[in-house]
Amino acid sequence: MEIILYLITGFVAGIISGMGIGGGVVLIPVLTLFLGFEQKIAQGVNLMYFIPTGAAALWVHYKNKCVETKIALVLAAFGVLGSAAGAYLAAGVSSLVLRKLFALLIIIVGTNELFAAAGAKE
Amino acid sequence: MIRTILGAAIGMLSGLINGVLGAGGGTIIVPALERFLKVPAHKAHATAISIILPLTIVSAYFYSRQGLINMRATLIISLSGIAGGFAGAKFLRKLSGKTIRIVFAVSMIVAGLRMLWK
Repeated sequence: MEIILYLITGFVAGIISGMGIGGGVVLIPVLTLFLGFEQKIAQGVNLMYFIPTGAAALWVHYKNKCVETKIALVLAAFGVLGSAAGAYLAAGVSSLVLRKLFALLIIIVGTNELFAAAGAKE
Repeated sequence: MIRTILGAAIGMLSGLINGVLGAGGGTIIVPALERFLKVPAHKAHATAISIILPLTIVSAYFYSRQGLINMRATLIISLSGIAGGFAGAKFLRKLSGKTIRIVFAVSMIVAGLRMLWK
């Protein structure tokens, strides 16, 4: 039963990632609200999930010359320092606090997307 | 020079969010690339992925060292996620329709409110 729920969750998150909304803002709430995952473990699943899917997408984009490598290198070089620090912070903070922070993030992303979608042409 | 400093600051902030919340790097990087770093819209999405991928690998490495990875769930969800990604790209181009985007945006806000209170 559990496996079937995982399969459905992954499949739906995969479809939605293609819409341009990151998979994580969908995957993490589904894992915590419906499947009872602890916030940190859900975040871990999402990180691991992005590695193969992101790599596949990047390969296609790179071949189509859609990547601005110079500025990407700058952001990535400083970004990895931030993510190492962030991952350490996450380990020291309770899942409850992370959950509230994450909730704020998806409310902001959702509101932003709502306005963008409402202003878009059908 | 200013572009490099701006890029470094945006990168650092996105990395921090990626590490703390295990998601959300793209929601900052895509608009920041377009607005502040003048990357053309059609390249912003792909460039963002090229930045988020290394951030995510570093975050995931530290999560796994701290025992925060459920390998079984990860494997099953990733495999079906890849299948979903292909299915979405091939058959469901209409998913970018206005109504569906609004439905998803509202669901996200509702999920956020539930997580905030529950």
